[in-house]
Amino acid sequence: MHTADWKKYFYVFLITVVIFLTAFFVSDTLSNKKIEDIQTMQNRVSIDILSSETQFALLSESSCETVGDTSLSKDLDSLGAKLSYAEVNLNSNKEDVQWLKKNYSLLEIKDYVLMKKLSERCEIKPVYILYFYSNETGACLDCQKEGIVLTELRKKYPGLRVYSFEYDLDLAALKTLESLYNVQPELPAIVIHKRVEYGWKSVEDMEKIMPELATLTGTTTETVIKK
Amino acid sequence: MSEFLIIATNILLFLTLYMQVLLLFTFFEKKNVFANTGGGKQTELQRYPIVTIIVPVFNEEKTLGGTIESLLSLDYPKDKLDILVVDDGSTDNTKTVANAFKSHPQVRVFSKTNGGKHTAVNLGISRAKGEFIGCLDADSFVDKEALSRIVRCFEDSQVMAVTPAIKVHTPENILQEMQSVEYNMGIFLRKVYGSMNAIHVAPGPFSIFRKEVFDKLGGYVKAHNTEDMEFAMRMHKNHYPIANVYDSYVYTVTPKTVVALYKQRLRWVYGFLANARDYKGMIFNKEYGNLGMFTLPAAVVSIFAALFFTALALGRLLLSVTKKIMEIQAIGIPWRLEWPHFDWFFVNTSETAVVVYALSLSTLFVIFVGKKLSGESMKPHISMLYFFLFYGIIAPAWLFKAVYNVAFNKKTKWR
Repeated sequence: MHTADWKKYFYVFLITVVIFLTAFFVSDTLSNKKIEDIQTMQNRVSIDILSSETQFALLSESSCETVGDTSLSKDLDSLGAKLSYAEVNLNSNKEDVQWLKKNYSLLEIKDYVLMKKLSERCEIKPVYILYFYSNETGACLDCQKEGIVLTELRKKYPGLRVYSFEYDLDLAALKTLESLYNVQPELPAIVIHKRVEYGWKSVEDMEKIMPELATLTGTTTETVIKK
Repeated sequence: MSEFLIIATNILLFLTLYMQVLLLFTFFEKKNVFANTGGGKQTELQRYPIVTIIVPVFNEEKTLGGTIESLLSLDYPKDKLDILVVDDGSTDNTKTVANAFKSHPQVRVFSKTNGGKHTAVNLGISRAKGEFIGCLDADSFVDKEALSRIVRCFEDSQVMAVTPAIKVHTPENILQEMQSVEYNMGIFLRKVYGSMNAIHVAPGPFSIFRKEVFDKLGGYVKAHNTEDMEFAMRMHKNHYPIANVYDSYVYTVTPKTVVALYKQRLRWVYGFLANARDYKGMIFNKEYGNLGMFTLPAAVVSIFAALFFTALALGRLLLSVTKKIMEIQAIGIPWRLEWPHFDWFFVNTSETAVVVYALSLSTLFVIFVGKKLSGESMKPHISMLYFFLFYGIIAPAWLFKAVYNVAFNKKTKWR
């Protein structure tokens, strides 16, 4: 005789709901852990920058040779990669990710400002790029391609500093930076030698625009210090 | 992912998880029952009724001999065994191979013009002497104990048919190894469904029926080339219980090539969908108990869920390929090799992924239980890797075509 195990169906439904909710809880916990990871990295970068700023403040009492490694915090690179991943994949933490992204952009700007000050004070010739992109769907078809080129350039020339900014990010400091170089919303936009280049540039194009990249070949330090 | 896709994914994942949990729940709930109905412990029977085994055969000269030999080696009284070989108009040496066994008093050979498997089996049923009638495809071989274990199950007068445990006969290549894992999982599934009286297929290799089932319900019909599915549905329609004996082993030769496997599975899935359509009144009909409320809906949902998740996976694959193409366009083919380094941060920990990991773990558990039920060693085997790597890639092909054929009324062929 056919019978349907209604009680069992109900118990199994409850178990499935519990498993499903547990999966959501585990996923949420792991996402929060990832956000914490990014925050920890940002704290480290922040301390690195603070340390460099302190060093800079002390410069008036010492020589440029004591500045030591002025390299961009190593964490800043992987921080960028993790933030990009988080932006696409951590849907449930969108607000946190946006906040971290602003924080990251601020850290980049701080590092950039510090680098500029150091270069003036110690006659350092840093090789850097300011890169403005957009993640808005359809707003910048070439931005992803340009991102690949810049990543490749960073691998080829580890001394190159690439500061990446999302053009539309709601951050006053970023808006000031954009107006400083008069960056228009024709993305991707790259600031090299204080001049803004618009549109996609290949690795070869970049090497032509920045012949000083050749001086970075094989170097692991981030800046060239003139003694 | 769009909101719609997220909702659809979560609903289908929930349903898939529900089905998996229900199977495991039933397995644990009826574990002791399994141990008792698996006839391994006592194969000595109080009574040995006459059993007719029909071997319908069409152009199977290579395997027929082995099939009959295995039947003759059954641990069952020779005078109680009635073997009918029905040659369905073979054009090779099948008939000669069959006639070579005529010297055995329990073997009878019949020939007829080709009319399809169901006609051959029906001829056998009309000539059967047995109180119980079964069928054995000519590419399958039975274990010595198989019949006595099945017959013991009929000591329960309610049971009208018994299905065996089907295993792959000597897997020789990756494809057959992969199928051996799938067949072992089938042993688990059939056992669970058996305990719920919800088996919807009485497979060709060695399902045994009480003769009265055929007397009352008639013989097989073409049924979209899946007569064994249709007959099981017809039995359920008439409330005839179908049981399963998980340690009644039958070995079957499985397709060696992807094309042959594709054709076989297309026929099976198409047959299931077409028969489910013919018997749609049973789906979500509580009169048919677990079959109507769980097995049939679950089988239909599984097909569509598999297709949906395949489409999602293809979408992701397309994105990766597009990204790779973009990368090559941007920087050319990478000139240096980079070893990937592991960072847990980049492991997918989305809700969907966590549920998928849980499902994969439970599938692994089912594979191991299937191995145990099939009498194999519990050690991990390379075939499990083949199953996880390849099954999900090739199965959607026949699922999609089967759904397409049913939707657009296109017939499938036997071969």
